[in-house]
Amino acid sequence: MKPRHKRLTFILVGLAGVAIAATLVLNAFRSNIVFAFSPSEVAAGKVPHDREFRLGGLVEKGSLVRENDGLTVHFVVTDLAQNVKVTYKGILPDLFKEGTGAVSLGKLGADGVFHAEQVLAKHDEKYMPPEVAQALKEAKKDKTKSMPATMNEGGDKL
Amino acid sequence: MIPEIGHFALIVALCVALVQGTLPLVGAARGIPRWMALARPAAQGQFVFVAISYACLTYAFIHSDFSVLYVAEHSNSALPLIYRIAGVWGGHEGSLLLWILMLSIWMLAVTVFSRHLPEEMVARVLGVMGLVSVGFLCFIIFTSDPFQRLLPAAPDGQDLNPLLQDPGLAIHPPMLYMGYVGFSVAFAFAIAALLGGKLDATWARWSRPWTTVAWMFLTCGIALGSWWSYYVLGWGGWWFWDPVENASFMPWLVGTALIHSLAVTEKRGSFKSWTVLLAIFAFSLSLLGTFLVRSGVLTSVHSFASDPKRGLFILIFLVIVVGSSLMLYAWRAPKVGLGGSFAMVSRESLLLANNVLFTTAAATVLLGTLAPLFVDALVAVGMLGPTNKISVGAPYFNLVFVPIMFFAVFLMAVGPIAKWKKANVPELAARLKWGGVTSVVIAVIMPFLLGHWSWLVSLGILMAFWIIFAVAQGMWERLQRTHSDRSWLGRLVGLPKSFLGMQLAHLGVAVFILGVTVIGGYEVGKDVKMNIGDTVEVGGYTFRFDGVMSVPGPNYEATRGIIKVFKDGVPLEELHPEKRVYRVQRQPMTNAAIDSGFFRHLFVALGEPVGNGGWSVRVYYKPLVSWIWLGCVMMALGGLLAISDRRYRTLARKQREQLRGGADASVSVAPQPKPALTRAEVKS
Repeated sequence: MKPRHKRLTFILVGLAGVAIAATLVLNAFRSNIVFAFSPSEVAAGKVPHDREFRLGGLVEKGSLVRENDGLTVHFVVTDLAQNVKVTYKGILPDLFKEGTGAVSLGKLGADGVFHAEQVLAKHDEKYMPPEVAQALKEAKKDKTKSMPATMNEGGDKL
Repeated sequence: MIPEIGHFALIVALCVALVQGTLPLVGAARGIPRWMALARPAAQGQFVFVAISYACLTYAFIHSDFSVLYVAEHSNSALPLIYRIAGVWGGHEGSLLLWILMLSIWMLAVTVFSRHLPEEMVARVLGVMGLVSVGFLCFIIFTSDPFQRLLPAAPDGQDLNPLLQDPGLAIHPPMLYMGYVGFSVAFAFAIAALLGGKLDATWARWSRPWTTVAWMFLTCGIALGSWWSYYVLGWGGWWFWDPVENASFMPWLVGTALIHSLAVTEKRGSFKSWTVLLAIFAFSLSLLGTFLVRSGVLTSVHSFASDPKRGLFILIFLVIVVGSSLMLYAWRAPKVGLGGSFAMVSRESLLLANNVLFTTAAATVLLGTLAPLFVDALVAVGMLGPTNKISVGAPYFNLVFVPIMFFAVFLMAVGPIAKWKKANVPELAARLKWGGVTSVVIAVIMPFLLGHWSWLVSLGILMAFWIIFAVAQGMWERLQRTHSDRSWLGRLVGLPKSFLGMQLAHLGVAVFILGVTVIGGYEVGKDVKMNIGDTVEVGGYTFRFDGVMSVPGPNYEATRGIIKVFKDGVPLEELHPEKRVYRVQRQPMTNAAIDSGFFRHLFVALGEPVGNGGWSVRVYYKPLVSWIWLGCVMMALGGLLAISDRRYRTLARKQREQLRGGADASVSVAPQPKPALTRAEVKS
């Protein structure tokens, strides 16, 4: 093989490799992007029914109920404007608490209940997941006047 | 008083770093020996002051000086001593100080192990590292002072995050940082080569051991982090493709490519500009990693509360470092040259493929990790309408990463036995024939023996054995070629250490793949509700829950579960998973109990109480899980073996002798207008 041909082959093989990789990557990427939605958006019907998404918000106080099997839990996620019921089967992360932020990954059922596959933990008490922060911020924007002052707490700490 | 000394020492260190980052570089460019000679004492001085500062912070922690804000936030009088020492890097400010300490340790190491290098090279390397140090010292002094006072002093501290109160995590950050920061040496060598315009096999030989050591630390650091999340986060997973994990993984991928590319530069003089580029990327990704962890821009299980100002600072620093080094690269790289030619099929081309694959892998991880940021940025500048936050889940990474690594592993077996310059395909095929056939047979049969057939498992086993047989083939051929008068063991010991190191590291990859494959295919796990006396069967083992008891810890209250494990009715082990509530932060923490064997782990973690003394319990049977970390350890040990190679020492000696001998052509630097200086002249 002449050097020129050799170089050409190198370049072609390289390009083919890049093309294959790019296709693979973009395909995988498109089908695996997970969007985050707030309870208000869920209530407004903005979320897809057949796709996983992240639901961010505060776990409403007093909403955590455990079924008799000891594993299935129900709770309500709120952005202080709207609520979404969530159900999850499994062990909740240590830092999951009523009244604090949580991000759940899962799908919205036809019954309007969010079926979580995963509930995200965090490392730090002071930390608020961006999804939760955004959900609260947006809900607050819409409802600033009607909201009682005490409920602002969660949003202001951000 | 002590904290003020620490703070003052940092400021002095910054001044020294400013000197170190400017004068030696100018001196090297203008040929001023006195300025160049400043590099070493400046680096050593900087180490002294940073060490003093670090010692002061440690002192404040050990003596629970809660008049220091950082100590008050991250320690407590009831905290055991070891965690008070480790608590220094339990938060942002202290871990930044640790970063700087590591950097100064690396600089000190360069001053000690660089006696055989030309003065100019040392001046440039230390100068570049000095500039990096200036950036980080400014960062800590202006945005994240760990010595800030709290007046009046807090009566007691807020305690260290309970998740960090664990021996695994106590050493994870230093290891990881040693790796991150270690790439700054490779980076500095690359920039020095660009500045000097001289980049050859000798340069590669100088920078190779440094890169390998950094890579080793990073490997250990990542493995420790993975091991920690396995048993502390209580989910029993070992890798989550979490942004922060990715942040440490990307420099590792590029660093791995760099190690291989350096091998070519050293042996064949090829890939020069590519090697330099990889060194720049490896360090840039380390900086990016620091930025991602510290800025809190991504949703991650690792995210800590953070201050946007700090993120901005690192981002600007990152842009300066990456921007200026890439500009320098664009300007100088053409002078560096490309090096020797090679055929389509040769060890060079295989290593090139390794480089391309690893860089592609790093790029895909980067895309997945940064995509949420890109979207946010596009929204912020108005190029995209308001949209929801996005995140990229683990399926993306698995889908993309595994195929890329499949090719890399396939070539990894071929590379080490292929000839440099030009290899012969039929000949290679003949040598790998038996290994290939045997590994296919094993890959077909083994899944049935392990339980059930699955394509992924079979593929994983095929990859692992393909490597194992290729390593065996390489060793065998090499042994046959050495002195036949010695025993086999003597011959094995006589092989070059760098060769043995490579083989060990590759074997580590095989062990790692086996671990990942088997656990992916045959792990059994259950979340169950267990009342006292209930049993559950998982993976052929029976677990009986015998209730819980309260156990006080030094700074926590633990609820300890008692779980007896039986195999075929025979009692085997009693496991004690704990749920701890730390007294100060009132934060619950799960401590899993693991019965670790070489071939399997039994993993038990307590969930929550479900009434009547019952608990929800997570029970796992994890076959070969320890092989994941064993593989990482083998990779790191392989690196250690490789740098103990004789040639690095003899080279050092030879060069020292040469330098003493007077004028030496190898020191001269082509684009420099003035003749280069040797050590003899510098002294005079």
